[in-house]
Amino acid sequence: MSVTVRIPTQLRTLTAGAGEVAAGGSTVGEVLKSLDAAHPGMGERLFDDGGKLRRFVNVFLADEDVRFLDGLETAVTDGQTLSIIPAVAGGS
Amino acid sequence: MATSSPTGAPYVQGLRCRECGRAYPAEALHICEYCFGPLEVAYDYEAIADAVSRESVAAGPPTIWRYAPLLPARAEGAVDLGAGWTPLVRADRLAAELGLGELWIKNDTMNPTGSFKDRVTSVALTKARELGFKVAACASTGNLANSVAAHAARAGMRSFVFIPHDLEQQKVVTTAVYGGNLIAIEGTYDDVNRLCAELTSEHPSWAFVNVNVRTYYAEGSKTLAFEVAEQLGWRAPDHVVVPIASGSQLTKIHKGFKELATVGLLEGGADAAAAVRVSGAQAAGCAPVAAAFAEGHDFVRPVRPSTIAKSLAIGNPADGPYALDVVRSTGGAIGAVTDDELVEGILLLARTEGIFAETAGGVTVATLAKLAAAGVVRRDERVVAYITGSGLKTLDAVAPRVGPTATIKPSLEAFAAAVDTEDHES
Repeated sequence: MSVTVRIPTQLRTLTAGAGEVAAGGSTVGEVLKSLDAAHPGMGERLFDDGGKLRRFVNVFLADEDVRFLDGLETAVTDGQTLSIIPAVAGGS
Repeated sequence: MATSSPTGAPYVQGLRCRECGRAYPAEALHICEYCFGPLEVAYDYEAIADAVSRESVAAGPPTIWRYAPLLPARAEGAVDLGAGWTPLVRADRLAAELGLGELWIKNDTMNPTGSFKDRVTSVALTKARELGFKVAACASTGNLANSVAAHAARAGMRSFVFIPHDLEQQKVVTTAVYGGNLIAIEGTYDDVNRLCAELTSEHPSWAFVNVNVRTYYAEGSKTLAFEVAEQLGWRAPDHVVVPIASGSQLTKIHKGFKELATVGLLEGGADAAAAVRVSGAQAAGCAPVAAAFAEGHDFVRPVRPSTIAKSLAIGNPADGPYALDVVRSTGGAIGAVTDDELVEGILLLARTEGIFAETAGGVTVATLAKLAAAGVVRRDERVVAYITGSGLKTLDAVAPRVGPTATIKPSLEAFAAAVDTEDHES
């Protein structure tokens, strides 16, 4: 299973500047782990010491916040797009 | 990418991550590259304390820029339509209705584009221009859209304003009139926000006021505390009631009182600032922070908004956890009210005090009523309710509820038949 992962500016130092990379896995959590394997250092930026997504990291699968789905257990299908987006924006 | 300018605000030392404390230069950065936590402006408070006095503030302009030493951009050459220094009015008639004692309304409907957003936009675009940006952009539920479009026009900057497609017609017109680019997105505010977060990565030369220059933008809300204190004779109120959308405004108001004490301007000093109780108001149709408060959580579970209070309809509030911290640590509460209740709130405020608020103001007044009835907001407190936007922007909310008392022929007989004038003779 291969999905496209969109990388925010803040993490592009880990992807040699790439804004999109391909990663494999059958769940959101697996995709993010394989991302860490391919781009060492990604994991500690995304996850806290307890292995949970950091408080200010949002992950969207096909434009849907994975918190509304099954979180890191959410299944992904081939060709989908996963976006990592910093939570700090807003003020309306 | 815009870079730091030598004309930066003199008392700004840099930026600091609120979560992990890492330091950054005062550039167009809004989140920590390491942990994604929000960045905050770090000031040299000792130098500010030496430089400001109540007299120096009073001698400043009747705008937010009278507090320039405590803002992250320079007053000289500010992008300024005259935001701030809005009336603080004693609200005895409303207080009587709610069973309260000393109640004040901070009437921020009186800003140039009719909402408190002019405060934050003025700061954001002033800083953006200092940093060399030529394009202003924002994600908005309407009030910020108005303000960014207007201030960008004033500054001669190009603008891109992104709004949910189902926004009130009044807010669409009052943005589009300023002539910038207005993009309606088929989705909720949270969808618009997500898109803008992605666009910020794609267009680093644009200043998204509530994304990449948010660190500076948010500081503008501190002036809501500065002004209230100054207008009360440099005294802090006992209790403030503030609407919650992203939660930024509430946290910055709390910070504002503390900063005034830090630089020696507040009567009673740090103890007085610490004694200010802060309560929050949300619409029941989008109440993730109120729910977290009620359930005792220190995190906020996102919701899908469904309320006519569109200016508060942020389902995934960035500063929600910080707003919870402030409310809990100050002994406040967070209430939520239905759309029917908020409409009653708008009508009550208009009927008792002659102030026409938008839906967010209705949420604040209706929540104040609930908190007063529950004894959270007390009769022996000096209370300030923040009314942050004009009712002219959300006419649809009250249009079904109000109208002419009578429609008659132009004759004395018709008038006498239609209106009982007995009660109006004295």
